Parts: sequence; structure tokens; C-alpha cells
Amino acid sequence: MAAPDRAVSEGPGPITRAEVLPPLVNLRPLNWFFDVNRAMSLWPVTFGLACCAIEMMAVSMSRFDIARFGAEVFRPSIRQADLMMVTGTVSRKMAPALVRLYEQMPAPKFVMACGNCAISGGPFKFEGQYGIVEGVDRLVPVDVYVPGCPPRPEAILEGVFAIQEKILGVRVWPRPKEMPSQPASPKATKA
Amino acid sequence: MMDLSIANFAQIIVACLLIIGLMVGNAVVMVYIERKACGFIQRRPGPYEVGPRGTIQAVCDSMKLLGKQIFIPGNVDWLLFFLAPILAFFPVLLLFLPIPFGKFLTGMRVDEGILLILAFSGIGVISNILAGWSSNNKYGLLGAARAVSQAVAYEIPMIMALLSVIFLSGTLNLSEIVERQGSWPWQWNIVCQPLAFFIYLVSLVGETNRAPFDLPEAESELTAGFHTEYSGMGFALFFLSEYANMLLVSFVCATFFLGGYKGPFLDGFWWMFIKAYLIMVFIVWIRWTFPRVRFDQLLNINWKWLLPLSIINLWVTAVVLRFV
Repeated sequence: MAAPDRAVSEGPGPITRAEVLPPLVNLRPLNWFFDVNRAMSLWPVTFGLACCAIEMMAVSMSRFDIARFGAEVFRPSIRQADLMMVTGTVSRKMAPALVRLYEQMPAPKFVMACGNCAISGGPFKFEGQYGIVEGVDRLVPVDVYVPGCPPRPEAILEGVFAIQEKILGVRVWPRPKEMPSQPASPKATKA
Repeated sequence: MMDLSIANFAQIIVACLLIIGLMVGNAVVMVYIERKACGFIQRRPGPYEVGPRGTIQAVCDSMKLLGKQIFIPGNVDWLLFFLAPILAFFPVLLLFLPIPFGKFLTGMRVDEGILLILAFSGIGVISNILAGWSSNNKYGLLGAARAVSQAVAYEIPMIMALLSVIFLSGTLNLSEIVERQGSWPWQWNIVCQPLAFFIYLVSLVGETNRAPFDLPEAESELTAGFHTEYSGMGFALFFLSEYANMLLVSFVCATFFLGGYKGPFLDGFWWMFIKAYLIMVFIVWIRWTFPRVRFDQLLNINWKWLLPLSIINLWVTAVVLRFV
């Protein structure tokens, strides 16, 4: 049986950290090759918590179609998935299950916090609230934050691209025209 | 009995290597075809951006699974846990040997070819049981139990359907069964055995655990069924063997009912592959068209309809062959 669930402490408690070991064969081209493959097939978990999950379903359907980028294989078993989209409000009741799911995921794993609730508690953050975890990053390390309430499907796609960018170091797909440019570098802010 | 000379041995080795290539290539091609067909049915492009029109997608997926952490949960029976995916993948290799891909393109000419295939295809079910049992997971165990009862149920009408064709041609040798059929579609066995063809077509979907009969891995009920605890290459091997099994039953179907390597204008292995892949595309088509059946419905279809129909079909075939 699995280990007993840990109690979720008040405030920023101990975060579950993935143990990162250097690869056994540390060759640059080989690592790059595997990184490209990882970036090009990010399989999400079939896992939704609230209304943002509806947008996650919309992004895999015909109008937006996450399948174009190879990320439509929603795996029901966490052991076969790479990406956990935390779509929605993480209640205190749900938190142990979420942490356990994260711990069960095999190594190259990524977490996307979708929507304001998963980022910071969103509209549920007020004085005296007792039921909501204010931000999933208090429980597990988050790779990409996708803001919105709920985020548009395009924003979730952009979040997937951001994870690919994080894996590869470069942005793979062309940047849309309307999007603001990269966050200003320190040099640019001085000028 | 076949002689075990050096030439024969070398032939089997070469055949095995070619079949491994076929199995892996088939999995890569079929993953792409399946996802594209799924996209087409659901009115979306499917894999599109990875490689020209998404053609490298399946390669990327397999390489990613290769680089994924292999996770062994606590309290598993680790020997069986390791053995199960291997046992799922390698016996399929043997099953391809007696298939006549062309007039002279056969791995091993055996007189009891279909008997060999039917007997050894049971190992695939054993691997499912082992996977579900050894992973020490309730969903895995439930999936394994379902896999057994489904495989046992669907094997019977499948054998009955094949048996009526065997009655017709009077041989168990797959090459000879093809030889008894002609090149043109009206000379194929499907014309005199349409019911057997239909029964075989339904039970091959049940036999390969494909939707709408994918009860052993029913995603909405059993997480992922018997391979819930498998990550990385273990899962990839199960995936590979599923597609290899699909290809195998398609080849057997083409051999028995659709004239095998014989076809209009020019006989050859291309006809075999065209027919087999048409059946594969048909399986993919039903997967994305029909919802999953309930388990009692699944067994009712089998025991109440397919089995009596196949027995009647066998009887009629026997009587006609004897008295007409």
C-alpha cells in the first residue's frame, strides 16, 4: 500500500521536491535528442479539478486541437504521463491526492498551473478562508503558470509551448504577432 | 515434420529479424494512422506540426518512452513485473512465422500453421494476467480478470469461424488455404462463408482488446487496466504487442477469407499487405466510432449470439460438404 497521506500544513509548507540525478550517459547530442523527443510528446494526465478542466477539454477538441503538437494523448494512468495540468481550485481535501499523484509520476515530469485558482487561490483568496490551498506551488513545484479565469484554450496551448521552451531552451513555434515580446531583460529596463 | 538443416535454421533467423522490423515499423505507422484517423473522425487535424504533417510524431513518442524513468512500485512481484511486457511482445514473433506473406515468402512452412497461431496466441493473455497480478494494484487485477474472461470467451467463436473455412479447404496449412482460393474476389472464401467472416471480424476486435471491447484497460473505470503501473518501456512493449496482435489477426483474416496474397491482375505480397492494412483501418474506424460496451453486454454478444451462430454455420458447412 502507498504511504499514508501527509497532512497539508498551514501556509507554505514543505514542498515535494523531485530528486534530480545527472544522467548515466551525459553526452550533449544524446541529451539534446531525448529532450527534443520529450518536448514533442508531452502526454498530459486525465486530471481536472474545476472549470479550467473544461478549457483543457476544449483545447483537445476540434477548434484548438492540442493534438497538432503531439500532446493529445491523455493518459489515464499517472505512470505513463509527463505533464500534470492542475486545472482549477485545489481544495484542502484534494491536496493530499494531488501530492500523491505528483509523487507517482515517473521522472521527466512537468506541472502546469492553469488558471488563477491554481496559481494563487484566485477569487477564493480572502481573509478567513479555510478550504482552499492558495496556489498549487505550495504543494508541488510548478513549471509554468497560465493565468486566466479560466484561461483561454490558446493560453493553455501557449503554456504547453512554454514547457517545450523550458525543456529545449529555445522557442520551437513562431511567436504570434499580437503577443507582447519577451519579458524585458535587465539591460532593456535600464535603457 | 520439417528438417532442421542449416539452411532452414538460417531461413527462420532471417524471418525473425524481418518480422521484428515489421512489428516495430507497423507500430510506428499504425500509431500515426490511428491518431490521424481519430483526428479525421473528430474533425481536427491530428498530429500536424512534429515533422512534415506530423509524420515523426510516433517516433518521438517511442523515443520519449525510451527515456522515461522505469518505475517499480513497492510490494510488486518484480520478476513477474519485468517478465510480463517481454512475454507480451516476443511470442507474437513466433505467431508471424507460419503466415504466408507471398507464394514463397513464408517464415516457416508448417502443416498445422493455424493450430500453432491459435495455441501460442494464449501466451499474450498470460502476459496480461501476469502484468495485472504482479503489479499489486486493484485496477490491474480487475483488468487482468477481465482480460482472461474476454479472451476465453472470444477465442471460441473465432476458432469455430476459422474451422468452417478449414472444413472447406480440408487443410490446416495456411499456404494451402490460400492456394485453394482464386485471384478474383468472387473466388475468395468470403463468398461461401460470409457469416464466418462476420463472426471472425467481431471476435478479432474482442481478441485484441480494442475498443469497443477494450474492457481490460477501460480508461473510465479501471485507470488503465492491467498496465496501470507500467511506465516507460514496459508500457511501450504492451503498446507494441497490441499493434502486432492487430496486424496478426488481420493477416489471418486476409489469409482465410480474403484470398491472402492472391489478388486481381498480379499475385504477390502487396495484396496481402493491402488487405491486412484495410482491415487494420477498419478496426481503427470502429474504435473511434462506437462507445465501449458494458461487460455483461460484451459476454452476452459472445455467448448468446456469436457462439450459436458460429456453431450453426459450422453445422451447415459440414452438412453441405458431406451431402452436396
